[in-house]
Amino acid sequence: MTKWLEDHLPKLMLAPSFVAVLVFVYGFIAWTAWVSLTRSRLLPKYEIEGLIQYERLFASPRWDTALNNLFIFGALFIVIAMALGLLMAILLDQNIRTEGAIRTIYLYPMALSMIVTGTAWKWILNPGLGLEAMVKGWGFERFSFDWLVDPDMAIYTVVIAALWQSSGFVMALFLAGLRSVDGEIIKAAQVDGIPTWRIYTAIIIPSMAPIFLSAFIVLAHLAIKSFDLVIALTGGGPGFATDLPATYMYAMAFSRGDIGQAASSAMVMMAVVFAIVVPYLYSELRAQKDD
Amino acid sequence: MKFHVLGAVSGLALVASGAALAGPEAEVLHWWTSGGEAKSVAVLQEEFAANGGTWTDMPVAGGGGDAAMTALRARVLSGNAPTAVQLKGPAIQEWYEEGVLADISAVAEAEGWADVLPASIAGHMKCEGTWCAAPVNVHRVDWIWANADVLEANGIAMPSSWAEFNAAAEKLQAAGIIPLAHGGQAWQDATVFEAVALGILGADGFHKAFVELDEATLKSDGMKAVFDQMRTLRGFVDPNFPGRDWNLATAMVMNGEAAFQIMGDWAKGEFLAAGKAPGEDFLCASTPGDGFLYNVDSFAMFAVDGAEKEAGQQLLAKLIVGKNFQKVFNLNKGSIPARVDVALDEFDSCAHLSASDMAASSEGGSLLPSYAHGMALRGAQAGAITDVVTAHFNSDMSSEDAVQQLVTAVANSM
Repeated sequence: MTKWLEDHLPKLMLAPSFVAVLVFVYGFIAWTAWVSLTRSRLLPKYEIEGLIQYERLFASPRWDTALNNLFIFGALFIVIAMALGLLMAILLDQNIRTEGAIRTIYLYPMALSMIVTGTAWKWILNPGLGLEAMVKGWGFERFSFDWLVDPDMAIYTVVIAALWQSSGFVMALFLAGLRSVDGEIIKAAQVDGIPTWRIYTAIIIPSMAPIFLSAFIVLAHLAIKSFDLVIALTGGGPGFATDLPATYMYAMAFSRGDIGQAASSAMVMMAVVFAIVVPYLYSELRAQKDD
Repeated sequence: MKFHVLGAVSGLALVASGAALAGPEAEVLHWWTSGGEAKSVAVLQEEFAANGGTWTDMPVAGGGGDAAMTALRARVLSGNAPTAVQLKGPAIQEWYEEGVLADISAVAEAEGWADVLPASIAGHMKCEGTWCAAPVNVHRVDWIWANADVLEANGIAMPSSWAEFNAAAEKLQAAGIIPLAHGGQAWQDATVFEAVALGILGADGFHKAFVELDEATLKSDGMKAVFDQMRTLRGFVDPNFPGRDWNLATAMVMNGEAAFQIMGDWAKGEFLAAGKAPGEDFLCASTPGDGFLYNVDSFAMFAVDGAEKEAGQQLLAKLIVGKNFQKVFNLNKGSIPARVDVALDEFDSCAHLSASDMAASSEGGSLLPSYAHGMALRGAQAGAITDVVTAHFNSDMSSEDAVQQLVTAVANSM
């Protein structure tokens, strides 16, 4: 008996969480996939009707905007956050005196919830209340910064707020990466008289490849599941100019009683996540096999 | 020992079920949780208790009812629906089609609802001929509110046509006053849009477009004119309008920063709460054009098991449409009673105007459901129209494109 327990204890311990994940993650993904093939409105129905919901989804200009916004927002957010984070990390890495304090200041926005970030930036960017009003108050009457209320530019204000929130975190990741590079190699390069920028571009940054990948994965999933920031900052507006797939899905499921449509948009969102995560997992798993 | 404990427990259970047998029971799901609204519900609660009933309150705040609907879905799916739920318009029919609503025709006929409710409002309370919901109030949506001092100072009267409104707005703009206070949220854009549509398309056109979803009307020249007027109105709002809450827009009218606001009569509550008097500090009038767009709150009755619950449901239905509750509730909420035989002595002049217009429109067949507030269409269709309206208002889309998109969006939402 004791022997049997000893052998099976790990499995027994893991079984409940395994079952929970099976039901509540994969089970509900399957359920959503099923519902996305039906004509469910207010309550879920289970008669399969084919791809009608997906046809409706891709015929909807609002979904078009939402998906476009996801790509604009995702690309800008990931690229700029990584560039800013790397730059800040390199600058912090120059053995400056107040590094601890500065690091805390840059990391601090991460401690705020997206709702707080969104609300604060809503006030800062509001033309009649924030930055524009302040600069005008200084006497620069022709200054204008009204991206928040301009349907063509509003999505970029979401990028600004998200960058403010997350760049510090990326900086911390990169800083840890910079510190983990072998000091001997850097010293050897310095002895050889290689300029500092060359040391960074040719030695340090290439050796941080795994950190880039982690940062990318973290930022990508932050971008795709973005919801609260948009709700707090623009409410999806002006019009639906800053809708993202997540806000679209919420509107369909909870405001409009169109569950089938919401399910189909959720499935497309999941496909986007898979398109990013699966190659990553594949490369990770293959790397492990090679070891 | 064990036996004694068991005995005691089952004894307790008997006592508990004995208490439940004492009288009518009702569990009421609603989202009237803010100050004035909560007070209004408390009135009903007290009346229910005074008639020997046991009220279980189930307030679910948040998201303009979205959170409550999610709670309702969970309750219905688990086979344990509340007695009565705050629902309105076609949503009642949608739930009826799910087969979960009760028949309260016995109460309705005993109380003579058909004689005291306007026919088109009564229509919303019926599911295939049987009564399944009880109306609470009538909000009018097509109101235009104005700051009396600003209008007087600029020599402007309340506009009776959209051309007059545009002329007045230009005059105000020249005087440095924001003509139209507006909040750029989709539902507010839709509220203004339907008021304009009622004025330009007329009652018949409005019914064809937003109740029947008639394609010819949706892409008619009249509809283009509606979008043209929306584009004109866009020029009359301040640049800072996106995302603004409606009550902040009302405040702009109150303090004279802006002259007009187009909003339902919940805006009146804001004026009154700030100590402004109708007719003196602020003016109310219907938006240009004939007709009356209503937004009727109601309680849908869900099928429940057990004699006490059924008794509770019937008592509740009777009290909701009762004269006393209709009066007290609507005095608190700023709307008017749904039944037409309630004395309006204690109501203000705007409510009197609303009531007389409702009676006249009901006679003339221009008493129409508001599309922007979920009375005319189901969620998916109304949402599809609102998407186009708000996209047009917030961009430089042409009226031709808007009309074309409207037709496509409506077809796609079916």
